[in-house]
Amino acid sequence: MTARRKPALSEAPETTRVAPASAGRQHKYIPVTDAERAEMLAVIGVDSVDALFADIPSAVRLDRPLNLPPALSDPELMAHLKRLAERNVDCDRATCFLGAGAYDHYVPSVVWHLAGRGEFLTAYTPYQAELMQGELQAGYEYQSMLCELTGMDVANASMYDGASATAEAAVMARDVTKRDEVIVSTAVHPEYREVLRTYTAPLGLDIVEVPHRGGSTAVEGVADILSDRTAAVIIQHPNFFGGLERADALAALAHERGALLLCAVAEPLSLGILKPPGAWGADIVAGEGQPLGNNLNFGGPYLGMLATRQEFVRRMPGRLVGATVDTDGRRGFVLTLQTREQHIRREKATSNVCTNEALLALAAAVYMAVLGKQGFRTVAELNLRKAAYAKEAITALPGYRLAFEGPTFNEFVVKTPRAPEEINRRLAEHGILGGAPLGRWYPELADCWLLCVTEQRTRPEIDRLVSLLGDL
Amino acid sequence: MYPQDLRYSSEHEWARVEDGRIRVGITKFAADRLSDVVFIELPAPGASVTSMQPFGVVESVKAVSDLYAPVSGTVVEVNTSLTETPEVVNTDPYGSGWMIVVDPKDLREFEQLMSREQYLTAIGEDGE
Repeated sequence: MTARRKPALSEAPETTRVAPASAGRQHKYIPVTDAERAEMLAVIGVDSVDALFADIPSAVRLDRPLNLPPALSDPELMAHLKRLAERNVDCDRATCFLGAGAYDHYVPSVVWHLAGRGEFLTAYTPYQAELMQGELQAGYEYQSMLCELTGMDVANASMYDGASATAEAAVMARDVTKRDEVIVSTAVHPEYREVLRTYTAPLGLDIVEVPHRGGSTAVEGVADILSDRTAAVIIQHPNFFGGLERADALAALAHERGALLLCAVAEPLSLGILKPPGAWGADIVAGEGQPLGNNLNFGGPYLGMLATRQEFVRRMPGRLVGATVDTDGRRGFVLTLQTREQHIRREKATSNVCTNEALLALAAAVYMAVLGKQGFRTVAELNLRKAAYAKEAITALPGYRLAFEGPTFNEFVVKTPRAPEEINRRLAEHGILGGAPLGRWYPELADCWLLCVTEQRTRPEIDRLVSLLGDL
Repeated sequence: MYPQDLRYSSEHEWARVEDGRIRVGITKFAADRLSDVVFIELPAPGASVTSMQPFGVVESVKAVSDLYAPVSGTVVEVNTSLTETPEVVNTDPYGSGWMIVVDPKDLREFEQLMSREQYLTAIGEDGE
């Protein structure tokens, strides 16, 4: 190595001073000094930093300094950011009746006490996987519990979120059946369907939507459009409106035509009281794991769940942890079926997904373990009962009535006497986060309001909502 | 290692004529390169296959590869025992490791496959 002479600061050409205010001293957050900048420019043989942008047309370049306020001191900055952060409404301060794919459940403190340990928190998805036996074991436990929850044979170590897991599952169904169309109910979360279209359009996989009838998927509607091209029928259960589908009938119908039944689950807590999808004939279960021990996280990161039957395991995307024994017969864990992954099979891989949401999956595993089978059921029953109580009280108010018949879990749709958006504005003034106005996704349901009542809501909170609605 | 009575494809499948039908498998060379075969995905009887298009998938501990049909036609027989014992592809590639039997559309496609000598040249081996 040859030592390169460092030019003295005084030698630095004036033009290299990008931030003249800091000239002569090092910036607090930008480690590069003027001297280092000059040295780099000298090495590559360029006069100024500006010269590096010569290829960018002047028409698209900013010809004035950025319009920024003067720098704040650290304490001023902290106070400013805190004030900004306080403008967010979060579910610790507001009373939340909003669900629609993200659920405000109680997260026992032990969940993040364990998941937040440095050994887990700082570990990225394992590249030298087998060195990280603890991480792999956690993934294996998560997979095992997900299998019990869904009634499926095999679950992967997680996907990105419920929407992308559903889209990956649709691609998987195409690969399994070698067919090029999927039928999706409009009672599936509208954002899941949007992600599904984004995923499948360039793959030549056609999406056919079957309209819901009265808040659930019409079995006859599906029967009419099922064909030998249908790779899968996609339903959500409980569906986006909180209602139950005739899942077993739909599964039987799909199977008759050689198609798979893909069940999206946005609210896995519902599986504490519902029959597991594997028991009524689902072939792939994809869904959102956020409700299992994960906070709302401003909408992300979330946890994609994916589980299926043993016969489809080789078409399953993502990472899969397997249990095995080492040469001395001791139990250990490995990433298995990696030959199907993108880094080995390249363009013929099952998916582009080569990573997972390990930390969130771990939190879900701890959550499920903490609750146990009975606790999980109890939480599910609390959701059911509190939602039923709220449903009855709200629909007893003049002008409010149920939009759809049929059983629901912790969400239900109410027709409102005035625009749901306006109701939400009024409720927000009282610290209440109202339900989701459905007009945004379903113009014909502009007077419909999707409410969610989890175990977090107390009877006084529900009574307060009802009384405020009555006074509006 | 490379029987004289077989024809060979550039994708390392072998083909043998039996009463006007073509039995298909992969060569010793392919099996060795894949190392231990752990899973084989084959079409159902009645499926049609196209010359030099994938008809199935072979998976080893190292890789997953497509299987290419040496001739076009209809699948009339499938070696279902490979589901339970995929390892015979390594131990007996030209015998119990066969994969499918095809009723060919045009036997000339078979004639155009490589001879043993041409295949040995292609893989750079002397056959010993």
